[in-house]
Amino acid sequence: MKKTPLYEKHVDLKAKIIDFGGWAMPVQYTSVIDEHNTTRAQATLFDICHMGEIEVKGPDALNLLQVVLTRDISGQKIGQVKLSALLNDKGGIIDDLTVYKMAEDFYMLVTNATTREPDFQRISSIRDNKNFDCKLSDISDKTGKLDLQGPCAEAILQSLTDTDLKSIHFYSFVESKVAGIPALISRSGYTGEDGFEIYAAAGKIGFIWDKLTAAGAANGLKPAGLGARDTLRLEAGMMLNGQDITEDISPLEVTYSWLVDWNKDFAGKAALATIRDYGIQKKLVGFVMTGRGIARHGYKVMSDSREIGLVTSGTFSPTLNKAIGLAFVDIDFAAPDTKVSIAIRDAVSPAIVVKLPFYKRQK
Amino acid sequence: MSQSNPTDRLYSKDHEWVKDNGDGTAVVGITDYAQEMLTDIVFVELPPVGKKVAQGEPMAVVESVKSVSDVYAPVSGEIIDVNKTLEETPELINQDAFGEGWIAKLRLENVAELKALLSAADYGALIKEEKH
Repeated sequence: MKKTPLYEKHVDLKAKIIDFGGWAMPVQYTSVIDEHNTTRAQATLFDICHMGEIEVKGPDALNLLQVVLTRDISGQKIGQVKLSALLNDKGGIIDDLTVYKMAEDFYMLVTNATTREPDFQRISSIRDNKNFDCKLSDISDKTGKLDLQGPCAEAILQSLTDTDLKSIHFYSFVESKVAGIPALISRSGYTGEDGFEIYAAAGKIGFIWDKLTAAGAANGLKPAGLGARDTLRLEAGMMLNGQDITEDISPLEVTYSWLVDWNKDFAGKAALATIRDYGIQKKLVGFVMTGRGIARHGYKVMSDSREIGLVTSGTFSPTLNKAIGLAFVDIDFAAPDTKVSIAIRDAVSPAIVVKLPFYKRQK
Repeated sequence: MSQSNPTDRLYSKDHEWVKDNGDGTAVVGITDYAQEMLTDIVFVELPPVGKKVAQGEPMAVVESVKSVSDVYAPVSGEIIDVNKTLEETPELINQDAFGEGWIAKLRLENVAELKALLSAADYGALIKEEKH
């Protein structure tokens, strides 16, 4: 398994380590529920060094990304972050990734851990095919990433940087310093809370981790693992690549229709237009269990005794104190308030389709 | 938080305990080590009273935030009582696995099965090995 630069710290903290897409990652340090609740109430720090970063640089950088990505980023300003999708020729999602505009001819793409190589290949082949003049570099191995999330994140990070963090709006970033180390600070995350994603050289990320941990002690900062990351993102109605989204799924079938700009050309558009015109047959929805039990990935969604869908993510929600999940259901059952049931072992238990997200923070 | 394994009962390799009441019945639960490995138990599925279970077969289900785990019957018998409190407060298993967090009471079908189970000392040695 691959290890992040922070692996030894996780071992010292007695974290439970799991294999996540070939990476040895901490799933929890003490308790998923405690780490989850600390993120909602104070702040937590996540090792996200396993995610990928790809730089796109050169005169045709924008031209390439306009063809590669579903979203029109021609209006994106330097210092802004945009979420977008990268499709295959069938209109399926290879990755949902974030696009950082560093300069007019320079972008950084932040990819999921397991899609970094497929993304790179897909983007390179489109560049070669179109003869675009720009360079692609996979900088993942030399780039470290920490997510500092929660209502106390700003106060904690502010004590370690001269940049006025209040000036960084949601989904914006600045190139600055954290604890004296050059770092990119982005106001974004995957938890539904306020917070920051911090990028710095892999060799320095451990130093920043230590400084943040010390600075945050008074605010109740704790490290949090992938277990809490999963319950947090699910409550916030966010999908997990590889679990809720696969290459067989188009953006129209999940919550990503808004990432598709039909007024421009992009890779996979022809196939996606066919899917749109034919009409989607199934849709990803949120549901809450109204009966006993917890739905899990792979459980069947039923209506009467007919199978009408499949659960893609399911867990116990620590914030709502009930079982929640995401499922693909036949389009006839996708409307909020539709009553369905979930097959749990040898029984079925009632559930109801709800509007996403399950949880929205008070601003 | 960690409790030592009481010597008044026997243990299975699958981390269940069984306490012989001496009247043909026994109480069953999961060990403190098991709850520590699971952490944050958020759901327990209990067997119906009257159900007959065979030694080594799934008897109940405990779920943490991230995992679903079977509880295996450490001995064969008929379920004569279940800990209904766990339906509302499954975290009782985390708090007191050997006491308030008991799962079910069985009428023993074959007392001889108890002989195949581990003593507290042997079980302690087993989990010490697992920890390494």
